[in-house]
Formats: sequence, structure tokens, C-alpha cells
Amino acid sequence: MATEFLRLENVSVRLGGREILKDVSFKIRPGEFTGLIGPNGAGKTTLLRVILGLQPVTSGEVLLDGAPRPHRDSSIGYVPQKLAIEPDMPLRVRDVVSLGLDGQKFGIRLPSRARRELVSDMLTAVGAQRYADARVGELSGGEQQRVMIAHALISKPRLLLLDEPLANLDISSEQGIVSVLARLARADHVAVLLSAHEMNPLMPVMDRIVYVAAGRVAVGDADEVVQPEVLSRLYGRHVDVIRVHGRILVVAAPEGVDAAEAAAEDNAVEDIGVAG
Amino acid sequence: MRYIFESGFFASGPVHVALAVGAVIAITSAVVGVFTVIRGQSFAGHSLADIATTGGSGAFLVGVNQFWGFLAFGAGAAAFMEMIGVQRRRGRDVATGVVLGAALGLAALFLYLGTQSSSTTGASFTILFGSIFVITTSTVPALIASGLLALATVAVLARVLLLSSLSPDIAAARGVPVRAVGAAFLMTLAVSVALSAVIIGAVLSTALLIGPAATALRLTKSPVKAVVTAAVLGVLAVWLGVVLAYDSFYWPPAGRGWPVSFFVVTLIVAGYLLTFLRRGRRPAPQDSAFQDGPDAEHACSAA
Repeated sequence: MATEFLRLENVSVRLGGREILKDVSFKIRPGEFTGLIGPNGAGKTTLLRVILGLQPVTSGEVLLDGAPRPHRDSSIGYVPQKLAIEPDMPLRVRDVVSLGLDGQKFGIRLPSRARRELVSDMLTAVGAQRYADARVGELSGGEQQRVMIAHALISKPRLLLLDEPLANLDISSEQGIVSVLARLARADHVAVLLSAHEMNPLMPVMDRIVYVAAGRVAVGDADEVVQPEVLSRLYGRHVDVIRVHGRILVVAAPEGVDAAEAAAEDNAVEDIGVAG
Repeated sequence: MRYIFESGFFASGPVHVALAVGAVIAITSAVVGVFTVIRGQSFAGHSLADIATTGGSGAFLVGVNQFWGFLAFGAGAAAFMEMIGVQRRRGRDVATGVVLGAALGLAALFLYLGTQSSSTTGASFTILFGSIFVITTSTVPALIASGLLALATVAVLARVLLLSSLSPDIAAARGVPVRAVGAAFLMTLAVSVALSAVIIGAVLSTALLIGPAATALRLTKSPVKAVVTAAVLGVLAVWLGVVLAYDSFYWPPAGRGWPVSFFVVTLIVAGYLLTFLRRGRRPAPQDSAFQDGPDAEHACSAA
């Protein structure tokens, strides 16, 4: 088995006296598709920011190839949840993808045929070639996701991080994005770490789950992690895992209800939150 | 041609200076302006212009060329804005209500004192609305050098500015010193505002900065085309403004001439408004496999 590319060791993050991440440890191997699953506010985005080096850790370590994460690093590609861009900005899709190659560099570069072809190939790979000349701000959410995946991939990263790429997408673009990512992981051996509050669209492609709740994680394959006992321990309260028609629903009891109480009161399903 | 270029236009020394300096400043403003609009910093540009007004009137009071006043106060203000974080919404509110008010109050005081002591009432007008025909020849090299410096800075920062406009997080993750780049750009913006204050005045300088850029953004899709278009539009507006202002000496009231700033700003606004005549530029709807627009999303989340 290939050795891991990324390893988090006992990472804790404290922000303004609040513990956002507690003792998080997991590793990611090349070509592995990992789902970072958990309810909103569980600490998924903070965890991604830690891996990107945007969020300093309070304790613990982030290791790339066994060494501490360097300050400047191009082996991790990042697709943010939302772009900070208005519809009328003069950035075409191909400009955005081209910025993925060397947008962090100073100075001017001249256009070249090789670069143009590289950009076109990348857009074809993610199925975005049809809108290569459109302004990126005018695209829909799903289209922008594809473009930003191409932007991240063109610098040939070994790990691709995506922050809630499926949020606010309709079913067909959701499936489109998932299959593009799965193909990348399989064919190009890029590790994918994708955060989502809803795990079902990812079930067919996920190799592993890092389940985040209340700042802690449970790691393993889907069958190991998505179990009532594991998740109840993670959430610190009773959690039911309901499997219906091949879909999984994770249902957490309201705060203050511990595992024993809830077991006695199995029918209190109506007034509890569903965390997908 | 005789009717467009009044006699003596091409022989006039001030016209030569106006055309040459005007072109450099118009290009600088337009190029910096494109990035200002992309970064959503038009407001910062306007604030810098207000504060430059104070600098220009202060310089007049102590008998220094106004450009240095525009530049010193603009740069100081840029540093201050960077410190209080004018990019943030609350920072903006405070800046608008308090700092800009105070700056213009000071400008009023300086102009009053200055015009009282030297009885040159034209100075207020020059500082507020500029005067491209009375550029002191000794400042011309400084003006051109500042313009070129600003253009060079934008060239160096262009890619990182675009990347950080797209997503500050991506830029930071890839090692771009986002904060320092932002500060350097703000400084460049201050220089550019000071320059355009010289030709169309501190109060109107944002027009030359934002107008051609905003027009170019309506006409073009790529950053390179936007920059070139804005620069061409800026130069056209300034040159035509100079020609019309020169001609206007023969217009009523005879022998007085109309201010260049009026022509430049009017031409810029007219150009911007003309872009609204273009329509039907949006691409035809794409086929259904890629139709994941907002409508589809709403339908899905409502279900």
C-alpha cells in the first residue's frame, strides 16, 4: 500500500476560547477519495483551512510526505465554496484556469500556444469546454465548480481539497461533479478530500470517511464510521443511523439527551434534527 | 479639420504638455481603475480623492506644488485605510462619516486661508477641479515618472491581484502575501488618484479612474482587453477634452473658455451610457445537460 501523502496528528484549534477542533488525526493516501462529512458548524471548513495552511493550529501537526507543511506549497489544490467575483468581472473561464498555473507569481507573462492547449485540455477533462469563453461570474454554481476544479488541477496537485462543492447544486450537476472527481482520483491518482453535510451522493465513490461532529473526528470506511455507537460517541449524544432504500440518514437527538435516555425513548424521532 | 482644431492648437506649448501628460495620466488611471473595479475598491479610490483634496489645498497654503500635496495625503490616507481596514464594511462607515468629513473640513480651511493670503481665487478651482493647461513644467518629469511607476507596479501585481480577486483564500494558500499585495495596490491607487487630480481635480479624479474602466468592463470579457480598452478610452476622453476646452475659448462667454474637467468627465459619462445601447450580447441558452442555473437549483431545494 502506498504511504500517506497527508497526515494530521492530534490537531487542535482554539479560536476565541472556543475549541473548534479537538485532537484530530487522520491520513490521506494518493488516489484516495475521502469524504469530510458532518453537520454545518462541525469544523469542516476549519479543518480544510488547517490543511491549506490558512489556519494555524493550537497544537498538533500537519505533515506532507512526513515533513511539516511548508509555507508555500503547490501540491495541494483548493476549490473554495464560493467565488468572490461579480458577474461583470472581465475574467473568462480560460483566464481563471490559466491563473491556476501561475496566478501566484509576480510580473507579466506572454500568452503561449502550449498554455492555451493545456487550459483547453483541462477544461475538456472537467466538461467545461463549452463555456471556455464565458465570463466566470455569469456561470451557475455547478459550472463554476467545474471551472474551479480545472483551475486547481492544472498545477498538478497531489491532493485536491473541495469545500462543500455539492452545496446548492441540483441533482444532475451534483452527479456530474462527483463523477469528474472520482475519475480524477482513479485515473490520475489525485487524492480528493471533499467536505459535505450530505454523504449520500458520495457513497458510491468514497474510499474513506472523516466524520466531523463537535470538533472531533471518526475515521474509517463508511461501514465502520456510520454506526450509531461511533457517531453517538462523536456527537456526545444519542444518534440513530437509519438506512432506507440504500440511503443513510443520520439522526441526532437534541442536545442534553444522552444515549441511554434516547434508547428508552426510541419514538422521539419527530423533533430531532436530521444531519444527512 | 479647421473647425475641430482651432488655429494655434498644435503650436501651443501648454497644449503639448497637456496632451503628453494627459495621455500618461489617462493610461495610468484607466489601468489602475480596471483593477480597482475588479477588486471592488472604487470606494477606496473616492476616499483617497477626498483626502487628496485636503493635501492639495494644504500644499497650496504652504506654497508647494499641489501634486505633492495630493500625493503625500493620498499615500498617507492609503496607509491609514490599510490600518483601520477600510475594506471592511464597518471600516467604510466610520471612514465615510468621520475621516472624510474631517478631511474635507480641513480642505475648506486651507483653501480659505490660502485664498485670503494670496488673493488668487483661481487656486480653489484648480485644486478641486484641476487644470491641465497650467501644469508647472518643472513637475512634468515627476508626473510622468509617477505614472510609469504606478503602471509598472500594476504589471508586477497583475496576476496576483486577479487571483486574490477570484478567491483570497486560494491566493493565500498558494503563498501570495495577500495583505501586502493589497497594501501595495492601495498605494498605487493613491498615486493614480493624485495624478488624475492634477488634470481634472481632486474632486473629479475618480471619474478618470473608474469611468473608462467601468465602460471597458461592459465591453470586454478578458482582463487584457479590458485594460487596453480602458486605456484607449481614457486617452480619448482626455485628448478630446483638451481639444474641446481649447476650442471653447471661442465659445460664449467669449474669451473665457470652459474647464477641461467638464469635457473629460462628460465624455467619460457619455461613453459609459453609450454602452447601454449594446444589447443581445449574452450567449444563447446552453443545452439541458449543462443547465444547472439558479432556477433548477431553486426547484430542487424546494422539493
